[in-house]
Amino acid sequence: MYTISNRLKMGSIILMVVGLLGIGYGFWTAPGTVEEAKEMVADHNDNHGAVTTHGDEYATEAHEDEGHDAAHDEHVLHQLQNKPWAALYVAAFFFFMIALGVLAFYAVQRAAQAGWSPLLFRVMEGITSYIVPGGIIVFVILVLSVMHMNHLFVWMDADVVAHDVLLQGKAGYLNPTFFLIRAAIFLAGWIGYREYSRKLSLAQDESNDDSNFKMNFRISAAFLVFYLISESIMSWDWIMSVDPHWFSTLFGWYVFASMFVSGITVIAMVTIYLKSKGYLEQVNDSHIHDLAKFMFGISIFWTYLWFSQFMLIWYANIPEEVTYYVTRIEDYNLPFFAMVAMNFLFPVLLLMNSDYKRINWFVIMAGIVILAGHYMDVFNMIMPSTVGDQWYIGIPEIGAVLFFAGLFVFWIFRALASAPLQPTRNPFIEESKHFHY
Amino acid sequence: MASKVIQAYYNDDDVLMHAVKKVKTAKHHIEEVYCPFPVHGLDKAMGLAPTRIAITSFMYGCVGLIVAIVMMNYIMIEDWPQDIGGKPSFSYIENMPAFVPIMFELTVFFAAHLMVITFYLRSRLWPFKKAENPDVRTTDDHFVMEIEIHNNESELKDLLSDTGAVEINIAEKNLH
Repeated sequence: MYTISNRLKMGSIILMVVGLLGIGYGFWTAPGTVEEAKEMVADHNDNHGAVTTHGDEYATEAHEDEGHDAAHDEHVLHQLQNKPWAALYVAAFFFFMIALGVLAFYAVQRAAQAGWSPLLFRVMEGITSYIVPGGIIVFVILVLSVMHMNHLFVWMDADVVAHDVLLQGKAGYLNPTFFLIRAAIFLAGWIGYREYSRKLSLAQDESNDDSNFKMNFRISAAFLVFYLISESIMSWDWIMSVDPHWFSTLFGWYVFASMFVSGITVIAMVTIYLKSKGYLEQVNDSHIHDLAKFMFGISIFWTYLWFSQFMLIWYANIPEEVTYYVTRIEDYNLPFFAMVAMNFLFPVLLLMNSDYKRINWFVIMAGIVILAGHYMDVFNMIMPSTVGDQWYIGIPEIGAVLFFAGLFVFWIFRALASAPLQPTRNPFIEESKHFHY
Repeated sequence: MASKVIQAYYNDDDVLMHAVKKVKTAKHHIEEVYCPFPVHGLDKAMGLAPTRIAITSFMYGCVGLIVAIVMMNYIMIEDWPQDIGGKPSFSYIENMPAFVPIMFELTVFFAAHLMVITFYLRSRLWPFKKAENPDVRTTDDHFVMEIEIHNNESELKDLLSDTGAVEINIAEKNLH
C-alpha cells in the first residue's frame, strides 16, 4: 500500500494556499469601472493599438453610432473583468482535461484488453479520481457564467443575442439551459463510468472469477462511444463557444488530442515518481518506453490536427474563419507559436531516439514541456475571445495554475493511497509483469 | 573457405530464445539464426551490434525535406509564380503552409524507400539471388541456429540437444 508522504501533502497544500492568494489578487485588482480600466491600460502599455473586437461585423448595432471610444473603453473594461475569470477557467479546465484524457486512455486499455498496461491501472484510476472535484469546479464556473458573474461566454448575454442575427439562429442549441443540461449529462456519464469501473477493478481482486473483469470490458467499450460524442460536444460548448461566430469541424478531435497527450504524460510522470519512491517494483523500462512512445506519437497527432485546422482556414481565407487566426497571430504571437514548438518540436527531438524513451529523467523533462505547452494551448483557445489583447501571464494566471496543480496532486495521491498499487487478480497481470520490448 | 557447421532446429521462438541465451553463456559464437518471422529481442540475445539504419533513415528524411523545399520553390515560386489561395505574395515562406503536406510526404517517401534500399544492399539481397537459408522449413515453421565447429562437435551436440532442439545436422558450408 502506498502512503502519501508528508512532504508531498504539505507541498500540495502550500501550492493551493499560494494559488488561492494569486486567484484572490486577480479578482481584487480587476477594475470596477471604465475609468479604472482606462487607467490600468494606460499604466500597462502606453502604446497599445486597436482592440480586436471579435465578431462585430454581424452585430446590427454598429459601434460608430454611440461613438467608438466609449464602446471601446467599455469593451476593455469587460476584458479586464474577464481576466481573473478566464485565468481560473483555463487552469480549471486544463487539470480537469488531464483527468479526462487519462480516463479515455484507461478505457481504451480496458476495451482493447491490453496485456502490457494492467500494472498501471491503479495509477490511471488514481489520476481519474480528479474528474470528480475537477468536473464539479468547471461546472460551477459554467453555472456562474450563466448567472452573469462574468462575460466569458458572450452568447449568454440576452442583450448581445438581441442584436446579433447569427446568435439568434444558434439560440436553439446555444442557450444557457440546454448548455447546463448537456454539461450535467456529460459530467454524470464520465464520473459514473469512472466510479463504476474503479469499483469493478477493486472487486476483481477479491473475486473468484473474471466476471468483474468482463463487465469492465463491456462498460469500457460502451463508455468510449459515449466519450467520443460527449467530448466533441463538450469542446464546442465549453471552448469553441467563447467565440460563438467561429467554428471548426475538427475542433473536438483537436481538444481530444490535447487532453490525451497531457493525460498520458501525467501517467508517465506519476509512474516514474512512484517508482523513484520504491513502489511499483514490477513496472519496468519497457512500460515507461511504451508511455513515452504514446507521448511522442500523440504529440505528432496533435500537431497534425493543429496544422490541418490552420491550413484549411489559411488557404480558404474566408473572413469569418480567419479572424480566429488573425487574432492569435497578431495579439498572441509568442504564446501561439511557442506552443507549437513546445508541443511538437520539443517532444519530437527529445523523444525520437528509442533509448531516450527509457531514461526516466528525460521523460520527465519532456513531460514538463508537453504539459506547459498544452496549458498554453488551452490558454490560446480561451483567452483571445475573452480578454482580447489584454492578456498577460501574471499573478492571476500563475496563481490559478498553482491552486489547481496543488489540488490535483493532493487528490490523486490521496486516491492512490486508498488501494494497493498493484492489481492482483487481473487476468493479464502476469503478461504485464513480463512485458518486455 | 569451406567449414563445418552444426545446425540446430527449433519449432518455437521462446525455446529458441532460451537456447540462444544458453549457447551465449557457454561462450560459443553463433554464426546465424534463420527465422520464418522476426523474433523480438533475438538480436540483443545474440549479441549483435545495434543497427544504424535509423541514423541513415533520419538523414534520408532530411534529404527528402530539402528536395521538397527546393522543388516547390522552383515550381511554384520561381519558374511559374502561382497565386496561392488569393494571396499573391510570391514568397516561399509566406506560402509555406500550402507546401507542408508535400514537405511531409517527400520526407516520408525518401526516408522509407532509401531505408529499404539500404537494408537490401546491406543484407546483400538483390533480384534472382540464390537463397542462403539452409533448409526450406525456415520459411515455414522452423528456426535454425547455426554454429561453426572448431573440433568441438560432440560438446556442441550435447549442449544443443539439451536446449530443446528438435533436430541437429552437421553441414559443410562456405562462410563469407
